[in-house]
Amino acid sequence: MSDKELDRSKRGFLVATSVVGGVATVGVAAPFVASMFPSERAKAMGAPVAVDVGQLAPGEMIRVEWRGKPVWVVRRTKEMLESIQKSEDKVTDPKLEIDQQPEYAKNESRSIKPEILVLVGVCTHLGCSPQFKPKEVSPEMGEDWVGGFYCPCHGSKFDFAGRVYKGAPAPTNLVVPPHTYLAESTILIGEDNKGA
Amino acid sequence: MAAVDKQPVTGAGPFNGVLTWVDARFPLISLWRDHLADYYAPKNFNFWYYFGSLALLVLVIQILTGIFLTMNYKPDAAQAFASVEYIMRDVPGGWIIRYMHSTGASMFFVVVYLHMFRGIMYGSYRKPRELLWIFGCLIYLVMMAEAFLGYLLPWGQMSYWGAQVIVNLFAAVPIIGEDLSIWIRGDYVVSDATLNRFFALHVIAVPLALLLLVMLHLISLHEVGSNNPDGVEVKKRLDPKTNKPVDGIPFHPYYTVKDIFGVSVFLLVFCAIMFFAPTMGGYFLEYNNFVPANPMQTPEHIAPVWYFTPYYSILRAVPPLFGSQFWGVAAMGGAVMILFLMPWLDRSPVKSIRYKGTLFKSWLAAFVITFIILGYLGTKPTTVWGQFGFQTFFMDTRDVATWVARLGTLIYFLFFLLMPWYSRRDKCKQEPERVTH
Repeated sequence: MSDKELDRSKRGFLVATSVVGGVATVGVAAPFVASMFPSERAKAMGAPVAVDVGQLAPGEMIRVEWRGKPVWVVRRTKEMLESIQKSEDKVTDPKLEIDQQPEYAKNESRSIKPEILVLVGVCTHLGCSPQFKPKEVSPEMGEDWVGGFYCPCHGSKFDFAGRVYKGAPAPTNLVVPPHTYLAESTILIGEDNKGA
Repeated sequence: MAAVDKQPVTGAGPFNGVLTWVDARFPLISLWRDHLADYYAPKNFNFWYYFGSLALLVLVIQILTGIFLTMNYKPDAAQAFASVEYIMRDVPGGWIIRYMHSTGASMFFVVVYLHMFRGIMYGSYRKPRELLWIFGCLIYLVMMAEAFLGYLLPWGQMSYWGAQVIVNLFAAVPIIGEDLSIWIRGDYVVSDATLNRFFALHVIAVPLALLLLVMLHLISLHEVGSNNPDGVEVKKRLDPKTNKPVDGIPFHPYYTVKDIFGVSVFLLVFCAIMFFAPTMGGYFLEYNNFVPANPMQTPEHIAPVWYFTPYYSILRAVPPLFGSQFWGVAAMGGAVMILFLMPWLDRSPVKSIRYKGTLFKSWLAAFVITFIILGYLGTKPTTVWGQFGFQTFFMDTRDVATWVARLGTLIYFLFFLLMPWYSRRDKCKQEPERVTH
């Protein structure tokens, strides 16, 4: 056999061993890739959180931690609830068409009880936590600001129902987490089996 | 057999014997000749040619200081912030090692940005240096990853929220985004798992990739030879007697001496920053990062470190389209990736800016100014320049800075995308036959 002639059986053997070797490499890579997903411990840390809102004064907000994320509970004043109507035509999704809330919060105030707003305090843009900016104490937001939330990272604005303003980098409204009332003033965040 | 054929080493006095022994078993002398003593570099290098060797110096500083920092640092969400303060206050010499590392990070980007600008000015990306340029772009990309990963480690507020934002960029990828970002974090939010793996990547995986790429960059440089401010190939004109470029000089000792001078000046600047302004007014070390990470509260104003801010501005400038923020992320990624295409975008008959016409020069000037303005805006909130007093139908925001950033983003991309057109149309001067001074 001359040097230039192709030895088909050797070539076939080389291809076969290369394929087997390649499959083995992918197989070996699998546990490494898998090891970077959340561990069982991290998965188990998502239990629901109970919050007492009895002490919450009108216009006040508290933050609670749920699955490592901030959740806001705001007792909205009458003015705050009225401001939601004023922002109706300034927000991207006033009709709540994109699914960012449970069915029982798909209403004008995006809540179970109109005055109690529960929101995941994580901007839908890139995950910063927006700031609570009521109208009276936020002159820096400009004169036509009716109050709401402002994300310091990329300037997204939300109204007091967590609906995103047009022109903000955030694409969707803030998320209303699943929650339910255990008693008159106790909310359980992270579970919605009782519904509204 | 090489061991038999090689000439014995001479000229090293008492070391001749040892070196001959080594050279018979390892390509010592040929490596020395190929890369230093017999590597002919053009004789007309100027100021801009310092930054390649300086980048190498900073890489060494980062690796050295990094090794010593890991001896006391704890990659644990509960202890990381305190361990950095421990290094700063209690470890003998710890503060200086840490400031060397943090100053080094910023100076790395200063040097590399100038090095890249040099390449763009003198057409160092043009044939036959396309691959050299691509390795360089890869180094830049890997450096950005390294800087980002390292920035989480002090576990301050900026570390935390910066990582939160950047990892969420991946969530904007259609379909797989959400799972991808969870995979990167190893948790549903940035947490201890994230810190631990970022540490592993920052101290082992990425530096190895960086070193490998730097080696490839140098090997391809020494294969094709250095470009120069005139953009003419010195290899074209060889001395018939010696077969060496007439316009070239051996890298060692001529350019090693020049670079040592550059190193001394650079280290003066470096030390001045390190000793007198290690935070550089909040640009090298952000003030908010002296506050421990708090997952419940984003600081009043967050911004990345200065070297990322031009891209951050581009990210912010692009509005969401079709209910997705992916476009901003794509624009930011594209802004870095487009650098890879430079060798094929430039259709000018000459390489160096010295012989290019006013079109290219104007576009390059516009690009540099734009890059600086975008960089500045990225450090400030979008309200920094106030608001327009009017509103029309297409205006989704009245923030002046957002509109300037959008214009800047446009200019940034047009510099590249229109290059095939304006570089060909440009009125260039005749390139000289040989290098000038």
